[in-house]
Amino acid sequence: MTTASVPLAHALMLAGILFALGLAGVLVRRNILFILLCLEIMLNAAGLAFVAAGSYWGKPDGQVMFFFILAMTAAEVSVGLALVLQFHHHFRTLDSDAASRMRG
Amino acid sequence: MVDLLDCLWCVPALPLAGFLVLVCLRPSKAGIRAIGVGSVGLAAAVAIGIGLTFLASPPTGFCFRQSLGIWIPLKGSETCFGLYLDPPALLMMLVVTCVGFLIHLYSAEHMARERGTRRFFASMNLFVGAMLVLVLADNLLFLYLGWEGVGLCSYLLIGFWYENPANGRAARKAFVVTRVGDAALVLALILIFTQLGTLDIRQVLQRAAAQWPQGSTAAVAAAALILAGAVGKSAQLPLQTWLPDAMAGPSPVSALIHAATMVTAGVYLVARTYGLFELAPTVQFAIALVGAATLLVAASSALTQRDIKRVLAYSTISQIGYMFLALGVGACTAALFHLMTHAFFKALLFLAAGVVIQALHEEHDLYAMGGLRRRMPLVFWTFLAGAASLAALPAVTAGYFSKDAILWAVFSSNRGGFWLWAAGVVGAFLTSLYTFRMVFLAFFGPVRKEPIHRPGFRVSAPLIVLAILSLAAGWIELPGFAGGVRLLSRFLGSGVSLLPAPESPTGSHGLELAVGAVSALICLAGVAAAWWLWLARPRVVRALLDRRPTWERLRRFWLASWAFDALYDRIFVQPYLWIAERNRADWVDDFYRGVARANVSLHGALSRTQTGRVRWYALGMAAGAVLLLAMAVLL
Amino acid sequence: MEITFYLAAAVAVASTVLVITRLNAVHALLYLIVSLLAVALMFLTLGAPFAAALEIILYAGAIMVLFVFVIMMLNLGPQTVGQERAWLQPRMWAGPAALAAVLAAEFVWVFASGAASLGLGQAAVPPKQVGLTLYGPYLLGVEMASYLLLAGLVGAFHLGRRARRPDSTGGQNP
Repeated sequence: MTTASVPLAHALMLAGILFALGLAGVLVRRNILFILLCLEIMLNAAGLAFVAAGSYWGKPDGQVMFFFILAMTAAEVSVGLALVLQFHHHFRTLDSDAASRMRG
Repeated sequence: MVDLLDCLWCVPALPLAGFLVLVCLRPSKAGIRAIGVGSVGLAAAVAIGIGLTFLASPPTGFCFRQSLGIWIPLKGSETCFGLYLDPPALLMMLVVTCVGFLIHLYSAEHMARERGTRRFFASMNLFVGAMLVLVLADNLLFLYLGWEGVGLCSYLLIGFWYENPANGRAARKAFVVTRVGDAALVLALILIFTQLGTLDIRQVLQRAAAQWPQGSTAAVAAAALILAGAVGKSAQLPLQTWLPDAMAGPSPVSALIHAATMVTAGVYLVARTYGLFELAPTVQFAIALVGAATLLVAASSALTQRDIKRVLAYSTISQIGYMFLALGVGACTAALFHLMTHAFFKALLFLAAGVVIQALHEEHDLYAMGGLRRRMPLVFWTFLAGAASLAALPAVTAGYFSKDAILWAVFSSNRGGFWLWAAGVVGAFLTSLYTFRMVFLAFFGPVRKEPIHRPGFRVSAPLIVLAILSLAAGWIELPGFAGGVRLLSRFLGSGVSLLPAPESPTGSHGLELAVGAVSALICLAGVAAAWWLWLARPRVVRALLDRRPTWERLRRFWLASWAFDALYDRIFVQPYLWIAERNRADWVDDFYRGVARANVSLHGALSRTQTGRVRWYALGMAAGAVLLLAMAVLL
Repeated sequence: MEITFYLAAAVAVASTVLVITRLNAVHALLYLIVSLLAVALMFLTLGAPFAAALEIILYAGAIMVLFVFVIMMLNLGPQTVGQERAWLQPRMWAGPAALAAVLAAEFVWVFASGAASLGLGQAAVPPKQVGLTLYGPYLLGVEMASYLLLAGLVGAFHLGRRARRPDSTGGQNP
């Protein structure tokens, strides 16, 4: 499009920061849905990294990878949300700590 | 014609074969008795045959060796299963097999109604086999094998009636106390092997004489350790506490093991290795001292006992003290002579006592017996023969000649002296005193308990044979004033026997006669005193003890065998039990328990990480990833 | 044009922070959509229009809608704010924040020492080229992605079913 010269490093750093933020969200939220949401943030950050790298090389491979990530995300979200529904039906709550029967 | 000497190996092998048969098979009761008695009987027959062959046509150097194979093949100093027959060994072999056979025959009837006769005869056969190995071994290690074997059988047989825990305790006590001696003997073996490079007895004596100067530490150490081993097995001071308690076993056991054979193994060992003792005069003197002290302590203890078998047990300790006394002054021939006669009369006394005990329904207390000479005349006359020999009744008994030989050697030898002889004389007085106390209490006076049965043939025959031997066996060695017959000492000292040459008497015949007369008078005085104290005026003793409390305390002190048991209990048993109690939770176990505890706590800690919560696991994964990244980045 | 990129980056980071700290589910969702839009803009500036379009259509358009459906079904929203507040206490932030900070620092450190001088986005990569690459070298991946979607479809259908009988799946695995 234009001759933007954002350093690759910056883009990747941004992806890392977004990933770390998503990770923090996964770890701290107790509601399963929020956990899934933050998981999406992490996946998105990974996709950003791929696209940035692809753009750096000028190849479409980065976007191809992003495409695959998206497909996987879609499948994962559908199954995951179905599981969330079952979870809610079974435990009557969305507290992820409620499902801890596999304790040591 | 087979040279009978080549069958030497049969003599120990036959009882051992009997043991194996009795252990592996299950014969009938009669079969058990037949095998048990027969194996020893055959061994005795072979032994007698060998003895006759040996006397008729003695082999060169009066020693016969037979090797049954190599045991420990060390280059240059192999240890073999070797048998060695020379006059002392022949004497011991005959004593062990013949007296052993008579005792086995006796037990065939005496133990007939017992349960466990298979176990009994198996142990007795194993014992005779092990004792023969001990006697005939040509090297110290093989001898030690027999030594240990007799210790084991002693344990098995003392605790024969194992349902009673007291018998088990007595057996354990015997084993543990003799173990002390056995440990010393092993140390002696190690010392001898490392210093002299061999355990073959003849070579040991030769090399020791060549390499160790008189009185050197090695010789003194070896001799002292061997003495300690002998002291343990022969129940001398300070390891004599086990023998009175060993009377918990059946009477044949007491007769065979604790009168005739095992307890004399110590005497035999010292006589065998006497060359070492000649290199250590201090140890020789120690032997004499041990012997003298033991005979006095034991004789005084025997005077106060009520149990007939305990009297005989202390008497055994005392008589072996005489043998040690003889060894200490160098009179090995006299020691072996007394060993032989003692085997006869002490076995006889134990067997007869066993008949009395069984006939009176397991009554051991002398004061509950009485007047048995009218009820059991055969037992009485044989017992009297044995008692007379024990008390050394002059001229008619073998005991007199053997004891007199010892006393004369002690008096006249330059290693002896007046005080040792005096101790022997006092001991002789005490011996005849307690012996005839026993005779008068049990066989004279009013009948307090009626005997329930008479002995049969298999009991009576051994008693009669032993009685004859107790009286007649002395005539092979008579002192100078009585004819100077020296058959035994010539036989024992012949050829290259391992014994030192018997000392020629340094006194005149008259002095010898005087010493002999003193011995005779002392014995008769003892008999008379016993008659007066316990038959004529039985209440005198009681009155004396009631009036003088010191005498009563003395009696109790002697009854407790000079409080050795109490002393050992204080010094050894209680501290050991205290330590064992402290270590009840075994510090070695603590290590393993600690390992288990550490595992369990680690398990607990790890289990707590399995919370089942998703976020926790995610945290774990994330932390791990961060850590790996950090490592990849930094390293 | 770098300004666009950096502005969009700032918006993305800010809205992401807001996503993970909101108590109301709907609010968090909306902030996430903002973040996704910002990332799409970034894709545009980087010369990946196809990726940007996909981001908006699929990510923000389909996946987030799924989330909306579930939120509506489970009645999250203002009613559960109190519950979320109870669950999200400040002291819960310590560990995750630290970990995330360390991770971010690591990323920054790694990429900062890289080839920082080279720029990107010299020329945009058109969708046609992406399509040719997809159905060329990456054909197998495309087919597998279709499998994955099929599996997701079937799984979601099966897992999303209500139990017919009360006792059949009630206490066991769904």
